[in-house]
Amino acid sequence: MAALTRAPRDPHRAARAGSPRGRSLPGWRWAVLLVAAVYFLVPLAGALRFAGFSAFGGVIDQPGFTAALWLSVRLAVVTTAITLLLMVPTTIYVHLRLPRLRRVLDSVTILPIVIPPVVLIIGVLRVSKAAPALQSSPYLLALEYVVLAMPFAYRSIDAGLRALDLKTLTEAAGSLGAGWTATLLRVILPNLTTALLSATVLTVALVLGEYTMATLDLFTTFPVWIVTNDQVSAQGSVAASLLALFVTWLVLLLITLAGSRYSRRRGGGEVTLFTAAAPQTIGN
Amino acid sequence: MTANETTAGETGAATAAGAAAGGRAGTSVSLRGLTRAFGATRALDEMSLDIASGELVALLGPSGCGKTTALRIVAGFEYADAGQVLIDGKDITGVPASRRDMGMVFQSYSLFPNMNALDNVAFGLRMRKVGGGARRRRAGELLEMVGLSAQAGQFPHQLSGGQQQRVALARALAVEPRVLLLDEPLSALDAKVRQQLREQIRTLQQRLGTTTLFVTHDQEEALSMSDRVGVMRAGRLEQVAEPAVLYSRPATAFVAEFVGTMNRLPGELGGGGAAVTVLGVTVPVQDGGPASGPVDALVRPEDLTVTAAEDGNGIVAGRTFLGAVSRVEVLLSGELAVSVDVASAAALAMAPGTAVQVSLPGTPVLVAARTD
Repeated sequence: MAALTRAPRDPHRAARAGSPRGRSLPGWRWAVLLVAAVYFLVPLAGALRFAGFSAFGGVIDQPGFTAALWLSVRLAVVTTAITLLLMVPTTIYVHLRLPRLRRVLDSVTILPIVIPPVVLIIGVLRVSKAAPALQSSPYLLALEYVVLAMPFAYRSIDAGLRALDLKTLTEAAGSLGAGWTATLLRVILPNLTTALLSATVLTVALVLGEYTMATLDLFTTFPVWIVTNDQVSAQGSVAASLLALFVTWLVLLLITLAGSRYSRRRGGGEVTLFTAAAPQTIGN
Repeated sequence: MTANETTAGETGAATAAGAAAGGRAGTSVSLRGLTRAFGATRALDEMSLDIASGELVALLGPSGCGKTTALRIVAGFEYADAGQVLIDGKDITGVPASRRDMGMVFQSYSLFPNMNALDNVAFGLRMRKVGGGARRRRAGELLEMVGLSAQAGQFPHQLSGGQQQRVALARALAVEPRVLLLDEPLSALDAKVRQQLREQIRTLQQRLGTTTLFVTHDQEEALSMSDRVGVMRAGRLEQVAEPAVLYSRPATAFVAEFVGTMNRLPGELGGGGAAVTVLGVTVPVQDGGPASGPVDALVRPEDLTVTAAEDGNGIVAGRTFLGAVSRVEVLLSGELAVSVDVASAAALAMAPGTAVQVSLPGTPVLVAARTD
């Protein structure tokens, strides 16, 4: 799984070791970078050109924009909260008490990626019949997103826990008089910040960009609004999606930077979208 | 308490208890018939042990002998299928680890990575609701005690392995534990650091008078640090004794061969098992061996003597200089190799190929059933 790639990079060390050769990128790297840049930036530039800068100002005034964006933000918060509340204790418990279940959990949590979204929606709808109030509420989507986010959240948290000697840390805290709550709040969670941030980033990104489920369930989330609005004002819609892209980038960048700074101080790894805590190296 | 007195009476652990002066009022520990099975394996088989207050007892044994299981049961991380753990005569079998008031140092690095050294040491005090100022003062004192005041603000990943274990020791001692539990705390460190820490732990333990249970597979560590050593094998204690006794008067062949170097020399039992004939000499047999059947006599390298002799019973196969003494390997007839410790000056005359005479002391020897 690509999400498990570790980045135990120390920028200070890299800078110190930086020979003139290491500092300047060799030619072929520039070529790769250029190709990638063209591939990703040309469509963006095209979209920008099509929308025109003036369209950006008008986006906010378009009907439904604020409501749709606000719904997506609320969904992102609720989904992240439910996901973390469910996955963090479960994963910790499995790591500590049922290590043999880890394999099972590994494969169970991959299911949402394998199963088509339509099937998931029907499943959630069936289950939600027990609570009719929920069926008409947009927060039904949050429940569906929790299922979707599970593979990413689980992998982040799992990688974070693997990097810790959870058993020893828990026992050390216990022998020093810490009960379960204190062990969790003061020892385990503070050492999982990188992993939790990573899980949060992935979940937020997923919710802000999800279209299929929202449109099938007939809720106007931000992505749905962009598509719908495209028929009214194509330029405004493209401008809105660009805006959404930049805002999402900015949010993720901020989370990542904050997380990296925190974790670097404690010897953890960098936070990037696809990494969790890198293991600590111990000198003798 | 009776168990405590028996222990002291039996083994002369009273000296250790005397060292408790100045520490927290000593705590005695009693393991009673601890049994624990993991599937088909019996990790502990009715193991019993009494530790006097202020005493440092090491559990020594090969891996899988149950020593760590015993320690973890005392700590409260593992439960016993049968048996009890008594602290000052009180059964604590049902008390959770967090309320046992024990300090533990683990084999793997166990400092909390998100806290600096000072906060790590203060953690136990924080859990005991000690106020911020008092907490930091006490943690500072303990860091000073292990010689790491300068590292108070550093995070675990900035400390060396030896420093981390010293902080872990300070952290365990900060709460003034009733019992200190050491689970192979030195095995991940390199030889020199291990040596220093060994002395530091022993000095601190004696100064504070903390009753300590120490698990190790390193005999040198066990012998040099402990008041008494318990040698374990297959979930049972083979012998519990002071280091010198363990070495000079091992109770069983297993202890004899596990602690120190031991030669096995084939012998003939005679006199109803009271004497054994080895290398043509008949010597008395120490208690504890088999009464009949093929046996080996167990003799330490330093108890054998070797002299250059043209018509001797062996030929020098090699020698290793160890400082004051040299260990000479002698090949006896029948492809039997024995090690003999000789003063290095005398060993100079014993180059490989020299014909020598190896002989036995007249003192009682331990015999064991022959294993081929």
